Amino acid sequence: MRALRSLIAGALLAGLTLTSQAFASEAAPHPPAQNWSFNKIFGTYDLASAQRGFQVYSEVCSACHSMKLMFYRDLEGIGLNEAQIKAIAAAVTVPQGLDDQGAPKEGPGTPANRFKRPFPNDIAARAGNNGALPPDLSLIVNAREGGADYIYGILTGYSDPPAGFKLQDGMNYNKYFPGHQIAMPKPLNDGQVTYADGTTASVEQMARDVTTFLAWASNPELVERKQMGVRVILFLILMTGVTYGVKRKIWASVH
Amino acid sequence: MAGLHKSEFSNPVVNWIDTRLPIFTMMQKEYGVFPTPKNFNYFWNFGALAMINLVIMIATGIFLAMNYQPNTELAFDSVQRIMRDVNYGWLLRYVHQNGASMFFIVTYIHIFRGLYYGSYKAPRELLWMLGVVILLLMMATAFMGYVLPWGQMSYWGATVITNLFSAFPWIGPKIVTLLWGGFSVDNPTLNRFFSLHYLLPFVIVGVVVLHIAALHIVGSNNPLGIDVKSPQDTVPFHPYYTIKDSVGICVYLAVFAALVFFAPNFLGDPNNFIPANPLQTPADIVPEWYFLPYYAILRSVPNKLLGVCLMFASILVLFVLPWLDTSRVRSARFRPIYRQLIWVFVLAFVVLGVCGANKPEGIWVVLSRVATLYYFLHFLVILPLLGKLERPLPLPESISQPVTGGRGGGPTPSGAAAKPMEKA
Repeated sequence: MRALRSLIAGALLAGLTLTSQAFASEAAPHPPAQNWSFNKIFGTYDLASAQRGFQVYSEVCSACHSMKLMFYRDLEGIGLNEAQIKAIAAAVTVPQGLDDQGAPKEGPGTPANRFKRPFPNDIAARAGNNGALPPDLSLIVNAREGGADYIYGILTGYSDPPAGFKLQDGMNYNKYFPGHQIAMPKPLNDGQVTYADGTTASVEQMARDVTTFLAWASNPELVERKQMGVRVILFLILMTGVTYGVKRKIWASVH
Repeated sequence: MAGLHKSEFSNPVVNWIDTRLPIFTMMQKEYGVFPTPKNFNYFWNFGALAMINLVIMIATGIFLAMNYQPNTELAFDSVQRIMRDVNYGWLLRYVHQNGASMFFIVTYIHIFRGLYYGSYKAPRELLWMLGVVILLLMMATAFMGYVLPWGQMSYWGATVITNLFSAFPWIGPKIVTLLWGGFSVDNPTLNRFFSLHYLLPFVIVGVVVLHIAALHIVGSNNPLGIDVKSPQDTVPFHPYYTIKDSVGICVYLAVFAALVFFAPNFLGDPNNFIPANPLQTPADIVPEWYFLPYYAILRSVPNKLLGVCLMFASILVLFVLPWLDTSRVRSARFRPIYRQLIWVFVLAFVVLGVCGANKPEGIWVVLSRVATLYYFLHFLVILPLLGKLERPLPLPESISQPVTGGRGGGPTPSGAAAKPMEKA
């Protein structure tokens, strides 16, 4: 009997291990795990990094990638103040409804506007990118197996294809992209942006910053969520203790 | 039988109401003094937990529905608006999303409790069958709820699952058209799934009321699986089980909170953060974790119709379980062989879940076939035969005097084992 029981326990354990491996192996080549502050259990976003990341998005990624779900007002979440946000929004020209003749009108953006899209629609985006559609980045960290590690992996994973690898026309070799052929050309090169805070803009640094920004964009509620979670769970642990004490007292006389 | 109820409540307002509509008397009878076996262990918390979970799902769902748009053009973005712009919308949504997983965890444990302690046996057959109806309704509700965010996995999951019905000859394609409201999963599908997803939870509430009504006629089973013989075997439901359930509720809420606040997307699929795209099929279409075992049963058979039938049969077989199990001893504690085999069954169920998460190739096909075979073997062959072959251990005289000089070793020292956690 005991043998059977341990056999079953072992099989259960093996089953669980196999599942986790099976889930893990889905996105073929695995990008190495990075040390993200926001992935730690009580961790928050590195706001300086997220702000630099926004700069990278604005100056590099946003040439092709939209962030349809984001509003300029959301940038308060990475620590920008109202004046900065107004200035950022005012720098773009966006559709502003209709004028009094009924013709579509354009004007400088406000914090209430969504991030300006590089292309008016998906067809235009494909036409401008050799047939490939640059995915919207609003939820990209949640929408990929591996999350932030995967995004960082893609941004830093460009290299020459190994000998004998047949690369199709217009495609680029990337270590961590499923199938290794990615339509996006290497987006980041050393010194591509000039950081205001003097941080050296290496490819790794820019990839790290923009990934932090995108992680925030995917989960803007993360910090508030974890803070509330700590309080809720502490309260529930306390309540469990109190309730259990009352339970023991009530049951003390029952045999 | 018409006439005013003679109420015993002293509060004049309560008494006035109770005389005309004796709900206070009913609550007092069913939840106050209701005689309940005194030897429950913590497995008996899970019915109450499922009830709480249902209330949480309905409460959060009502507020989500105020902000959700059941239209293929708007659904995905409206969910993200809830996550980003609605006050505490992320909390409502993550509670609702993870609440579905918690509901299945709690319900599966509740069902395991029933299997282990023979809670389905006479006179509780109907109580058990109502429970299976609730499980089926839960599955339908969960499936349709998963479609609503209109992500890639919502869309393709809906396509795969609704297409299963097409396996039935002649009537199948008609059912599928009816489910879709058209010729593919599209806006009419989303509209009707939203409508039904709002309706079914209230149907579940109705069946839960019947489930509890039936429970209060036949009374609760208990870890010894023997009938209540005297008032000494019972304690009033309140305060004994209200407080014991409260302990369980606190622990359950803590686990629930850990999931919601620290790993809200742990059980989700990244593909569902990509808006539904009918032109692009994801590499793997996998259902939510709680459907994986049935998905594995479906895929373990090369024939589509047979696979679909087996999948439905894997739940429907539970309806006849009270008559398949021929043993008259309820609790596994006194069934030395069943007590081992129930764990093999659990193992088969877990293995099926793992197989369901993997592509049906290589070892997974073999494993899922073996596990499917065992799943049905357990119900259709082992349980009917075991009741005849197994020699049960001697049952205790009563719940109050559980020690009957067992055989030493094994599962017997039931006096101590009967309520291991109560006095902890």
